[in-house]
Amino acid sequence: MSDNTTIPSASRGLNRRQFTTAALAGALVSAGGLPVRSARAATPLKLGVLLPRSGHLSLIGQACQRGAEIGLPLLRDMGYSIELINADTESNPDVGRTQAEKLIREGVHMLMGCFDSATTLAVSQVAEQKGVPFVINIGSEPKITEQGFKYVFRNFPTAPVLGRQGLSLYKDIFAASGVTPKSAVLLHVNDSFGMGMLAGINALMPKLDLPFQIVESIAYDPKARDLSIEVAKAKAAKADFVMTVTRLNDAILLVREMVKQQVETLGIISPGSPGMYDKQFFKALGKYAEFCTTNVPWFDPKQEVGQQLTRTFDKAFPEESCDLNVGFTFEAVLIAADAHKRAGSTEAAALTEALRTTNITKRAMLGGAITFDATGQNPNLPSAAVQNLGGQPVVTLPAASAQAKLVFPMPPFKGRG
Amino acid sequence: MDATFFANVISAGLLTGLIYGLMALGLSVIFGVMRVVNFAHGDMMVVAMYAAFLLYTKLGITPIPALPLVAALLFVAGYLLQRLLINRFLGASEHVQFLLLLSVAMIITNVLLMVFGPDARNIQLDASFESYSLGPLVLDKVRVLAAVAAALVAAVLAAFFRYTTTGTAIRACADNPVGARVVGLDVENLYAVTFGVGAACVGAAGCLLLMVVDVHPHLSSDYTLLGFIIVILGGLGSLGGALLGGILVGLSEALSGVLIEPSLKSMFSFGLLIAVLLLRPHGILGRRG
Repeated sequence: MSDNTTIPSASRGLNRRQFTTAALAGALVSAGGLPVRSARAATPLKLGVLLPRSGHLSLIGQACQRGAEIGLPLLRDMGYSIELINADTESNPDVGRTQAEKLIREGVHMLMGCFDSATTLAVSQVAEQKGVPFVINIGSEPKITEQGFKYVFRNFPTAPVLGRQGLSLYKDIFAASGVTPKSAVLLHVNDSFGMGMLAGINALMPKLDLPFQIVESIAYDPKARDLSIEVAKAKAAKADFVMTVTRLNDAILLVREMVKQQVETLGIISPGSPGMYDKQFFKALGKYAEFCTTNVPWFDPKQEVGQQLTRTFDKAFPEESCDLNVGFTFEAVLIAADAHKRAGSTEAAALTEALRTTNITKRAMLGGAITFDATGQNPNLPSAAVQNLGGQPVVTLPAASAQAKLVFPMPPFKGRG
Repeated sequence: MDATFFANVISAGLLTGLIYGLMALGLSVIFGVMRVVNFAHGDMMVVAMYAAFLLYTKLGITPIPALPLVAALLFVAGYLLQRLLINRFLGASEHVQFLLLLSVAMIITNVLLMVFGPDARNIQLDASFESYSLGPLVLDKVRVLAAVAAALVAAVLAAFFRYTTTGTAIRACADNPVGARVVGLDVENLYAVTFGVGAACVGAAGCLLLMVVDVHPHLSSDYTLLGFIIVILGGLGSLGGALLGGILVGLSEALSGVLIEPSLKSMFSFGLLIAVLLLRPHGILGRRG
């Protein structure tokens, strides 16, 4: 059996009128008056959820799991019928592949996951081979949707798109503030994510014609206990502002050390990495967490669905961050449920066809309607400049979705009230 | 990079090195007397960090006033651990002792994971974001406090071994356990006291480190390894050597981070270790044999 099953708690009793309607419908079906397809539509969609809930990606995997489960009551209210069959990929692509095969044997109608690109690639091959539709919540490796697969659909930007959007937003930030720095120092983790980002930044900087130069790149171990030397080196570079590619704990260490070493800068802006929008970052740094900015795909503050989701999440998990992991996983479940509703069936062919024609306008994240191109990729996924203001991450750009005015240059650390 | 920059880097390295030195003192004390290598050293320090964390978050006691409490707690834990468990394996071969203490380490880490989870936790002191400015020198206030406290604890430990009857008896056990028994010393009890004193040092270091580093259960393996590098550099069993080793590691991390590459700074500690093992296998201040 799979790890566990989550079913929305829809226990509404029948009144007399509903009972009569149901009885009439039953009579019609048994008399052959209605197509069999409608009878099947009443079957909830069994969605196999593959996430790294243990292993080195467990923190993010568990955040994604919360995103999958927290939206179930909301989806039920929207008229969707879905059941989650959960499986742990253990942060290991081989385990992910085995779990996907197991879920399919157990009769899931669709797969969803897997957060990391390597596992997502492995599961996409299983899905294609078995002819089971697969909706990707997070996974940025471009190859996943460039292999001509028919059953794979991704509602997350590819890594090159993420990098390009993240860097382009620097220009928008400077244009909106009227202040254009000439130099930056880049502090980045030296794991595969950080080095990948560095390569992307180095490749894209000349192409995007950005107005500043990176005068020094400083790599560090994400598990570092102390970043005082890294920050001293960054201070000595005398750059106008600081670019960061971080995880959570090192992001806290970096900013704390900048305050201690009296590093005053025009801004701390990440081209798209976790850490600075996390609740733990605010908790650890207090007033010094303010004005840090991250350019990432984010919740659309104008969308009712997004607002409802964040409200429900904050109530259920006051200590956890309602971030893009939660948002994109919720949307993946929404996409699956929506396809099932429109298909009126749990047959793979009907579900795949419904996924191909997805057009969801009421969504949680920024961007136009959720649609998929011929490769199964959603092309409408812009990034936002998310700045820490008033103790929470706030969309400041694009202007059409802004919740508050961007603050750049940021006020000095010294003398913050 | 000017002279001020290097002065700042060197002072940061020195301060960090003093805390590292205190952390390694406990390991050195236990080995120096009992010839037992404590592979649960880092885990005991993480326990101390969590104890200091709880004292701060639940009772509002900051790490420096909490230091005697946590040191006392670790003393008791260390005393009991030696008396009830390790004492039975004192005559066993080294690999048996290694497996025993490795098992203790794994149990501690997993219990901490069950109780506190994998997330990093830290405390916010008023001094957490403050620094002292001495002309062009900027010194991290928390590191200065922790380094001064580390130096004091090391001085108290040295005075204990030099001037107290128990300290003198422990030194006698270290020099000649058979002779110590012959003159009527309770060697088993003194070994337990030694393990307790070593654990208390680790407890003090844990309290001070919590002011500088965020704590999580997996931190233990890093610190066990770092502790070994330091004591081998300084000389296993030498108190002065442990402090010197700590300072050397702190300085080498700081300078290699600046002159070469920050992400390679840990590599230089290992490089230093290999150099010392080649040139002076018993450590800088260690005794031959």
